Amino acid sequence: MYPIQVKRTLAPGVRLYEISAPLVARKAQPGQFVIVRVNETGERIPLTIADYDRKMGTITMVVQEIGFTTKTLAKMEVGDALLDFIGPLGNPSELRDSGTVVCIGGGVGCAPLYPQVRALSQKGVNVITIVGARSAEHLILTRELGRYSNQLHIATDDGSQGRKGFVTDILKDLIEQGTPIDQVIAIGPMIMMKVVTGVTKQYNLPTMISLNSLMVDGTGMCGSCRVTVGGVTKFACVDGPEFDAHQVDFDEQMKRAAVYRDQEAKALARLDCGCRNGH
Amino acid sequence: MSEKPKKKPLVKVKRPMPEQDPHVRAGNFDEVALGYSAEDAIAEAERCLQCKEQNCKQGCPVEVDIPEFIAEIKEGRFAEAARVIRRKNNLPAICGRVCPQENQCEQYCLMGKKFEPVGIGRLERFVADYALQNEQPEESPARESASGSGRRVAVVGSGPAGLTCAADLARMGYQVTIFEALHKSGGVLVYGIPEFRLPKRVVQTEIDYVQSLGVEIKVNTVISKTLSVDELLDEFGFEAVFIGTGAGAPRFMRIPGENLIGVYSANEFLTRTNLMKAYLFPEYATPIRVGRRVAVVGAGNVAVDSARTALRLGAESVQIFYRRSRDEMPARLEEFLHAEEEGIEFNFLINPVRIIGDERGWVTGMECIRMTLGEPDESGRRSPVPVDGSNCEFEVDTVVIAIGQSPNPLVPRTTPGLEIGRRGTIVADEETGQTSREGVFAGGDIVTGAATVILAMGAGKKAARAIDAYLSAKY
Ligand SMILES: Cc1cc2nc3c(=O)[nH]c(=O)nc-3n(C[C@H](O)[C@H](O)[C@H](O)COP(=O)(O)OP(=O)(O)OC[C@H]3O[C@@H](n4cnc5c(N)ncnc54)[C@H](O)[C@@H]3O)c2cc1C
Ligand code: FES
Repeated sequence: MYPIQVKRTLAPGVRLYEISAPLVARKAQPGQFVIVRVNETGERIPLTIADYDRKMGTITMVVQEIGFTTKTLAKMEVGDALLDFIGPLGNPSELRDSGTVVCIGGGVGCAPLYPQVRALSQKGVNVITIVGARSAEHLILTRELGRYSNQLHIATDDGSQGRKGFVTDILKDLIEQGTPIDQVIAIGPMIMMKVVTGVTKQYNLPTMISLNSLMVDGTGMCGSCRVTVGGVTKFACVDGPEFDAHQVDFDEQMKRAAVYRDQEAKALARLDCGCRNGH
Repeated sequence: MSEKPKKKPLVKVKRPMPEQDPHVRAGNFDEVALGYSAEDAIAEAERCLQCKEQNCKQGCPVEVDIPEFIAEIKEGRFAEAARVIRRKNNLPAICGRVCPQENQCEQYCLMGKKFEPVGIGRLERFVADYALQNEQPEESPARESASGSGRRVAVVGSGPAGLTCAADLARMGYQVTIFEALHKSGGVLVYGIPEFRLPKRVVQTEIDYVQSLGVEIKVNTVISKTLSVDELLDEFGFEAVFIGTGAGAPRFMRIPGENLIGVYSANEFLTRTNLMKAYLFPEYATPIRVGRRVAVVGAGNVAVDSARTALRLGAESVQIFYRRSRDEMPARLEEFLHAEEEGIEFNFLINPVRIIGDERGWVTGMECIRMTLGEPDESGRRSPVPVDGSNCEFEVDTVVIAIGQSPNPLVPRTTPGLEIGRRGTIVADEETGQTSREGVFAGGDIVTGAATVILAMGAGKKAARAIDAYLSAKY
């Protein structure tokens, strides 16, 4: 069992959890993920590692409540325990140690971005961070990201904080202003990563994205997490989760993400009517 | 040849196995084969000639004392029969259900030379089930010897190879910890082989037995990620490691359309259903999507299991596509017949070339090409050759690819000094499981490529002996 040590609300429907998992914390690195199963009837879902504390033996995750499992998790409290917690899985990010990197986070994508921003900054890289969200209240971790970024830019859809618009508006400005950029890292909703990639392709800027594919085992055993990269099928769990964005078939990924939408609705209806969840 | 006079008339065929009716069972996940009654078992045991050759034993990789346990059944001493089996086999209720006895013990049965062999597998299952139902687990099961004297051995993977190796070492007095990547132990027995052939409650009871021998099982531990083989040896105090990580990596066909929605590897399809219990959705949260018309590519046990699972999940039609002919089909005959009875269609000498989808990315069909058998290849099997211009389309909405599994690459890739074979297997001595690294042993599908439960168990048993020899010599 893996007890919840800390639970904190970061934004509406977005919560941070610190989970006690010493063996996972001992090895975790930026870019990796864990597989979580909440309870005996639960499914296995991947969650990106947002931070880790080797001394305390904890892993931090930031979770948006969208599906059955994430909503079940939201009903758990400090002291409750997750049944299964497996990791760290996937490859650690390969981070540059010089130059300028633009780090773009969309919504909860800011959480897995954070350890990368911090590591880049500690290596002496010039870090320009752009974060985006629907509105001011949905922005998360801006203070933490700001601490390790040479520049922090904010974009919101409604203009309630920072610039009104999309993260790519800021990215384009930076490029047009002649900012020398060696690499872009983008983590967030698939559509955001796709749009960012569209821009960086035009300017030939090397770009890394992190995929949150559907997974079962997370160890290369099932192929649920297939993604076409450069025309070749890869498994996001063992070959990724980070890939060269210019090679990724985003349209395929977006379609694949929709496979269980009907079932998910059914499961959620069950959760909402309360006929489940520990009873 | 003149027959010796017999006390009882010779029964030439095996006592039939009671089974669920095909029409009924195609709609449920309950076990197909219901098992012998005591009366059935005694009658079948009486067919055994108790010949002095005892050839059957040579067909058993874990060396079960077959004539001895059958003799106990004949006398109605079922608990004693169970004890005879357990001396050598830690997982008899599993073997009795899934072993291909026709290629193992029963192949050597003297009766089988002229008639049907004795139903050794069915008898083993009967005895094991009897013991599971009627016996309390032994408080402290017998130890063979105490040569281990508490020294610690790590076993990676809790499939049949790992469980057998661990159980045998525990009996010799070693302190054994199994590390398993998944949240549940059992390997293919829990995630692959369906409930209707091998109920998970049976697997769990046998795993409980292995734990009762003192084996500790740590699930949720991916060796190479959570911990490495080197850490087990250098930092965690294990003096030897056995690797039994299986052949868990799915193969795909590399044809267009394979990433469309509705295309599953057999591993994913079966894992969702068996391990995650998607057939009980939404009571269990893991979904699975089975359309009306399902195509399964391949004709091994895995393909047949996938097809029968699809049927039980509610598909209207399930078709198997196989590029060779019926004679080359690797699935067990018994399973093929079961599948046919349930209404699975088999298409031979045909191979998919493309999977077709709609604009949303969902499967709508599969284009295939007819095949013909050409000259025999190195393996002696006649290799299939496409027939030009014979392309045809099938309307399907789910495709399950069951063309084989490769060794799981995680441990081989991350363990320095481990010699790896051409197909990604770990190179290990057939008799001892010794790998190219001192103190590291391996066996089962990770060494042989996808094979069988009993061969994996045999390898686990040999490795346990070799580990004991290695550690005994070291001190
Ligand atoms: C659908 C299906 C049906 C089959 N039907 C039959 C049948 O009827 N009869 C028969 O004899 N055989 C059958 N087989 C084959 C048989 O199941 C295998 O040959 C056998 O299970 C191999 O045993 P193993 O212990 O080597 O590996 P596995 O059973 O594959 O177990 C390996 C275990 O290691 C774990 N593991 C892998 N990597 C790691 C890691 N890095 N760290 C920790 N743990 C790890 C896996 O999660 C798994 O639990 C079938 C196989 C399948 C897939
Ligand atoms: S999640 Fe199963 S292979 Fe990646």
